[in-house]
Amino acid sequence: MAEVYTSSVIGAPAERVWETVRDFNGLPGWHPVISESRIEGSAPPDQVGCVRAFRLSDGGFVRERLLALSDYEFSCTYSILESPMGVDNYVATLKLTPVTDGSRTFAEWSATFDCASEREAELVALIGNDVFQRGFEALKTRFGT
Amino acid sequence: MIRVQRSTIIDAPIAAVWEIVRDFNGHDRWHPAVAHSDLEAGRRTDQIGAVRSFTLTGGERVRERLLTLSDKDHRLRYSIVDSDVPLGKYVAEMALKPVTDGDRTFWSWSSRFEAPPGREHELTELVAEGVYEAGFAAVRARVEHSPIGRPTPGLSAPSAKPDTALNGSGIGIARYGGPEQLQPVTVRATAPGPGEVRLRQTAIGVNFIDIYCRTGYLKLMQPPGLLGMEASGVVVDVGPGVRDLQPGQRVAYACPPVGAYCSVRTIAAALVVRLPDFIDDATAAAGLLKGMSAEFLLHRVHPVQRGQTLLVYAPAGGVGRLLCQWANHLGATVIGATSTEQKARIARAAGAHHVILPGEESLEDQVLALTGGRGADVIYDAVGKDSFAHSVAALAPAGHLISFGQASGDIGSWDIGSLAAKSVTLSRPNFEHYTDTPAKVAAITERLFDAIGRRILTVEIGRRYRLSEAQQAHRALESRETTGSTILIPDAQGTDT
Repeated sequence: MAEVYTSSVIGAPAERVWETVRDFNGLPGWHPVISESRIEGSAPPDQVGCVRAFRLSDGGFVRERLLALSDYEFSCTYSILESPMGVDNYVATLKLTPVTDGSRTFAEWSATFDCASEREAELVALIGNDVFQRGFEALKTRFGT
Repeated sequence: MIRVQRSTIIDAPIAAVWEIVRDFNGHDRWHPAVAHSDLEAGRRTDQIGAVRSFTLTGGERVRERLLTLSDKDHRLRYSIVDSDVPLGKYVAEMALKPVTDGDRTFWSWSSRFEAPPGREHELTELVAEGVYEAGFAAVRARVEHSPIGRPTPGLSAPSAKPDTALNGSGIGIARYGGPEQLQPVTVRATAPGPGEVRLRQTAIGVNFIDIYCRTGYLKLMQPPGLLGMEASGVVVDVGPGVRDLQPGQRVAYACPPVGAYCSVRTIAAALVVRLPDFIDDATAAAGLLKGMSAEFLLHRVHPVQRGQTLLVYAPAGGVGRLLCQWANHLGATVIGATSTEQKARIARAAGAHHVILPGEESLEDQVLALTGGRGADVIYDAVGKDSFAHSVAALAPAGHLISFGQASGDIGSWDIGSLAAKSVTLSRPNFEHYTDTPAKVAAITERLFDAIGRRILTVEIGRRYRLSEAQQAHRALESRETTGSTILIPDAQGTDT
């Protein structure tokens, strides 16, 4: 089981950041590596169990299922159903926590997955840097650091 | 149930922060609100179930039990076992998480507790600001790269900047001993940290307890260090979380920690009381400790009732005069026991109905003669060795002997059985236990200031010395040649403020 953990600080209250990231169909609106997204079966994007299908900017196609969404904990958990990365049992959580000292947000994005052992280091770096950290960089650009 | 949560980002790796906060018994080394902490029953600091027993800088005692410690999750949970601060069912959690973006640390500190009705807001603020935010600031100052630390929004940052310390003069001792040990020293008052206030002192009270500290009779301070228990002055600046004090306000204090013999001082804000306009700085320094003593002796150790007969030793001294004035006002019959006719006049002026002097008759015979053979209901005795036996003999049946000092030396051992001859109640009160929380100090000073404002009490300033003349002040006090209260004035301001 491989684990990825990435965290950052966003310069806006957690409620505001959450408005942006809670939209399970909204990745193209803020994440730079995702170009288009739709929810299968016309389900609402906050219906737990819904599936988003999106295309990466390099052309790769991904389907993910929403497993949990909490407006109380500002957290969103999802699994990969289909992707070009070659991962199994991939479950990820994006979670926001208010920093009371200065209206900032502590943002955590983590994942666990199985893969061929020789690819683990490469995939951990790819997911941690190119997906999670790039997402944080975009949020910091939008909301401040 | 009240929930409090505070969090911050510390600009240091998680290992550096965890190393500091993981030590369950180490908080007295970093947290500004904790004065001293011990682990009970020989437990280890990382042993689940360990109980830390500690004193806050305001004097309150707290015992807390370690419930959870996780080096994997950087998480620590603890609960209050018992506490002078009324936080019921208090369970707190401290958790650190790494901020991988920049190798920083997210630190969350939260708790749930119950508060007595009406005190919810005050206690929430105490926990959130006085404990959690003050703790964040203290650890930040230790681990962040710059010596001052990056200023953080939400916390005003005048914390421990080395370049903002104020220099001043003080009187300290290098070892226990006689008055010759009192020597001038340079003092530095650092910028006030969380919960602290910095004072420019204008008058300092001299008390007999200072002599006990100097000689080592009481181990309230370890040399080298400054002496002194009380002073008045003006607030220079306040640290984060201090809400009820502002620069320019006149304040005073009378309490440990010892160290009042100086011109500038940084001290816990909780120890300081604001002075009403009708009490000037010299009066406060001369009268606060003695007046607080008189308050708890007459109202708490023995609530004096109208019609009772009191015997007060040293009725012309600092505390003695106040005891005579206040007891007279309360309707008691006051007998003073002193040594000279001059002091007898002072005692009578203070309200003593009778004054007895050493003569052919013993003290107890004189007291019995004045009370129709009954004796005194209450005796306030700070003389000690030379007076104790006479006090027992002068007491009425079921009387109350309050021994609050030993100016003539140790009383030594007494057979409790001999007290049965009078069914004696004996008290040996200690200033600290009546004044060790801000709430107790507030209650005592409220009644004291009211009594001064209504002229029930008048504080007589006997002698003023320059701070640099502290040796002479101690010699005069020890030789019993003083009447009224002795004060020291920091030198730059002269002796006639």
